[in-house]
Formats: sequence, C-alpha cells, structure tokens
Amino acid sequence: MPGLDIDGLGISIGNRNVVRTVDLRVKPGTCAGLVGQSGSGKSLTALASLGLLPGAARVIAGRVLLGGREIVTPDRDRTAEVRGSGIAMIFQSPRTALNPVLRVGHQVGRVLRRNGQHGDPRRRCIELLAAVGLFEPDKVARLYPHELSGGMCQRVVIAMGIASEPQILIADEPTTALDVTVQADILDLLDDVRSRTGMGMLLISHDLGVVAERCESISVMWQGTIVEAGTNATVIGSPRHPFTAELVRGLAHLPETGGLPAQSSSAGPADDPAPEAGG
Amino acid sequence: MRPLIEVRGLRKDYRRGGDVLHAVDGIDLAVMAGESVGVIGESGSGKSTLARLITRLERPTSGGVFFQDTDVTGLSDRALRWFRREVQPVFQDPLTALNPRWTVRRLIAEPLKIYGERGAERRVDEVLRDVGLTKELMTRRPRDLSGGERQRVAIARAIVLRPSVLVLDEPTASVDMSARRALLTLLKRLQSEHGLTCLYISHDIRTIEETCSRTIVMYRGRLAEEGPTTAVLDSPSHVYTQILMSSIPRIDNATAQQDRPRARPASGQQQPDPGCLFARRCPRALPECAADPPVVEVTPGHHAACVLAGRASRPQ
Repeated sequence: MPGLDIDGLGISIGNRNVVRTVDLRVKPGTCAGLVGQSGSGKSLTALASLGLLPGAARVIAGRVLLGGREIVTPDRDRTAEVRGSGIAMIFQSPRTALNPVLRVGHQVGRVLRRNGQHGDPRRRCIELLAAVGLFEPDKVARLYPHELSGGMCQRVVIAMGIASEPQILIADEPTTALDVTVQADILDLLDDVRSRTGMGMLLISHDLGVVAERCESISVMWQGTIVEAGTNATVIGSPRHPFTAELVRGLAHLPETGGLPAQSSSAGPADDPAPEAGG
Repeated sequence: MRPLIEVRGLRKDYRRGGDVLHAVDGIDLAVMAGESVGVIGESGSGKSTLARLITRLERPTSGGVFFQDTDVTGLSDRALRWFRREVQPVFQDPLTALNPRWTVRRLIAEPLKIYGERGAERRVDEVLRDVGLTKELMTRRPRDLSGGERQRVAIARAIVLRPSVLVLDEPTASVDMSARRALLTLLKRLQSEHGLTCLYISHDIRTIEETCSRTIVMYRGRLAEEGPTTAVLDSPSHVYTQILMSSIPRIDNATAQQDRPRARPASGQQQPDPGCLFARRCPRALPECAADPPVVEVTPGHHAACVLAGRASRPQ
C-alpha cells in the first residue's frame, strides 16, 4: 500500500498565508497524528490533500504525494482520480456529513457504486454496516440519519469512508462530538480496520490524549506551521515547543497519573483570556 | 446544615408517539451552599433535563425541587421571579444562547434592567472585568468574539445579579483545549471569590475533575454512582463508571487500551428492562442484575447502584 507525503505545503486565503511549509508523512498501515488548536490549519491541510479546499483558499507552495505520485501542486490538482479509493476522509460532524433525506443504506450504496465495486452492493452495504459495529445492520440501512444517535451516525460515516477501501484515511476530529465511551469504540474500530487492511491513517484532533493514545507519530500544528514532530514517545515524553508542553501538561492534570502537581503553574492568569487563534 | 438546593424523587417523562421516555427517572440530590457538584454521563443520560428541572425551565412530571427549603416545583412564572434571580443557568452553546444582534454591553445589562437595578453601567464594567474581558469588547456582537470570549459573556450575564447558584450545562464544550483551561480557572476563581454554589453538567470528565468536590454519575435517568469526586473518578464502583473512566484517552493509557473493559453495544430500543438499566450493556452482568440494584455504600458518602459495587475484582 502506498503512503501519503505532504511536502512543504503552503495554503493562502487571499493574501494571508494560513498554512506554511507543512511536512507530514503517513506510512502504510500506521497512524499519524496531527494536533493543534482550532484555527491552526489542521483541517485546511487535510482538505488540500483531497482537493477540497473552500473557495477562497489556494495551495501556493509544496506538494502532496500519494505513493510517490504527485496529486496536488500549486498548479495541478489530480485528487479527483484518487478521491475515494486512494484517499478518503471522515469529517467531524457526522450529522452534516450525511444527507438527511436519504436512507443510510442508499448513501453507503452510492459510495460502492461510484467506486465500481463488484458483487451485490446491497449485501456489501450490510456487511460494511456490520463491520463498523452497528447492531442489526439490515434495519439500520433502512433508517434515515435523524433516526440514529450521534455515535451510530459516525459509524455510518466511517462505513462510507472505508467502503471504497482507501489506501489513506484522513479522520478529521472523528470523535469530537461523541461521548468518551463511544469515542473509545470508534477509535478501536478505526484501529481494527487499519490493521486488517493495511490502510494508513491521518488522525486529526485538538485533543492530544486521543492522538497520544492511538498514533505512532505526532505532529503539532500551531498558527499554520508544524512546530514539533516526532515519534509518540519523544513528543509526549520531552516536548520542546511551549505549545506542546502546555498540551501535555493539560493532559497530565489527571489524578490517576499520581505524582503530578495538582496545579500546574502556567495555566495562565484567569484575567487573561487564553490565546484563541481566530475562528 | 440544610441544603441550599434539594430535589426529591424527581421524574420527567417525555412522550414520543406512543412511547414514554423517562428522561429523569427518580433522582434525589442535595446541594449545600458553597458546594460544587458535577453530573456526568453519556448523552441521553438525562443530565441536561436534570439541569432544566433544577432551574425550573421545565416542570417535573413528579417529585419536587426545593430552594432554601421552599418548594418551587409548582410556582408560577411570576412567583418564580426571586428564584430566577438566585439560580442562574449557563448554557452549552453561547452562540445560540446570546442574542446575535445585541452588543456585549446590552447582553450583560439586560438582567439588571429586568430587575430594575440602578447603577447598571458601573456593574456591567465590574462584571466584565471580573470575567476577564476588556472594555473594548463592550460594543462587539457575539459573532465577533472567540468561543472563549462568548462563554465569558454568558457567564457575566449569569453572575451580574449576584446569584447564589449557577447551573452550568456543558460550560466548556464549545471551546478548545487551551481556552477551556482558562475558562475553568475563571470559574474556580468566581466560585471561591463569590461563594457561588455550582452544579456542573458535563460529559467532559476533566472539567468535573477540575471543578467539583462531589460527583454524580447518571445512566438513563437514574443515579448510578455518587460520592466525593476523587473517590468516584479514581476508584469507580459501578461497572458503568469504570467503563466511562477507562474510555478517557490518556497519555499513559496507550497500552492499557487493549484490556479496557468494553460496554456491549446498546440495541436501538430504549424500553427499560426491569432491574439494572445498564445490565444489557454490562460486560460483568450477573443473574441478580435482573432485580433492581441495591444502593451500596462503598465508603462513607460514596454510593453506587450496582450489585458488584464494593466487591474486590475490578477490571483494570
């Protein structure tokens, strides 16, 4: 299976450079993590790799390669050829990612048909819904998204993501809207798919805990650039950038970890609103 | 000492088609003045309904809500005016809770106007400073604020009348990690400086850990576990709480994930079974779970409604 390489990627909106020289590597069968605040450019980086940048945003530097082949450069976009079977994406909000007026089975079936898969799409659809841990998949297939819980919706979205058997799956905050118990189940499910199919995964989250628990490598994004990258152990064990250190401290603030200070000193004075990178 | 807020046998049913959903299914709870209590549970566990009942935004199907020993359950809106001043809600999403066309100044001044307070201008300045916002924001509208700033405006609105109780429904859900920490620091400071009594409703256990001395775990409208926060979160006794806690992603948890106890998938129908409501998803369910679970006192003040509570082997 080919891997995904993002190489010096730069994105601008108007004349503002919102993403600068981002390097990221997702090796086949592994999970790479990308953490950062909202507005740090994580999602734009992901969207650029799929050629899905919103209207005003443009790739102005660098390139994205899938299995060594250039799919995105400032003047070329070949993502249409690889979207689905090459790279697929799971979005944050499962309810808005699903079409509210179509039955679940229809939406999964559409992905199957578009990717020209063999066999009976109806049966394959039920198989997929069962594979993502949905109870009574044949019944779920006949339901509309509003009849499902948030966790069930996200499972359907994952089923659609893996229906095309992608080489790379980009999961942008796949569990942010969900309960922790459901989050753990969904992340287990993604781990399971990855180890079964050899697919590479880019897991994007603002929650370092999620990334630290699941990813072999971690990149930390801050104000449009990667400020720190390395293996899980180095980034968590000895963070070098102050923003990463703050994130690690934020997580370490849990009683179960025992000997850690109950009040980390740098929480920032209460009177001083935290830096909230715009939007 | 008498509790400041007390609920007794609180129930709220919602009718959906022919089905009845027991959103809150018999909750007893007492909150002392100055105490800060957290309510955790999955979505659908009835936490938000409980908050809406305690703030009297909804009337319970049965049971009572008492504030300073006064039964406020059946009071009319007019009779509730004093209560509304004392018990203030802070909602999850400030973008929908704040009027988008109003400036920050007008938003914070509105409660003062409703209660005919004098010196509104000075009080608004004071409260704005208290929640850590600068005066330049006075003329802005909610959409021109960051998530953290918006939630601070919502908090300012809630405390401007100097209430005695805040009921916060997912106060940090709308902001990201670093803004969340600053917000929690602010809430803790307000709590201690103004002697506020707080009820935190959150599915974010870290928020509860930081702010609350006592924690309640709800499952499908009922109380699963209750006790001092450290006891409930560090040594959970209900199997449901154990699963909840082990699901939280932690840095040092990477290897532990494989052995994590898992809940079985919930089937679609929410018709209550007799006995323990969690039994169908419980990986350790026993035959005796078909009967209503006993409330076990694990340690003084720490209760769990689970037959396994207090028994030795914990899945870790």
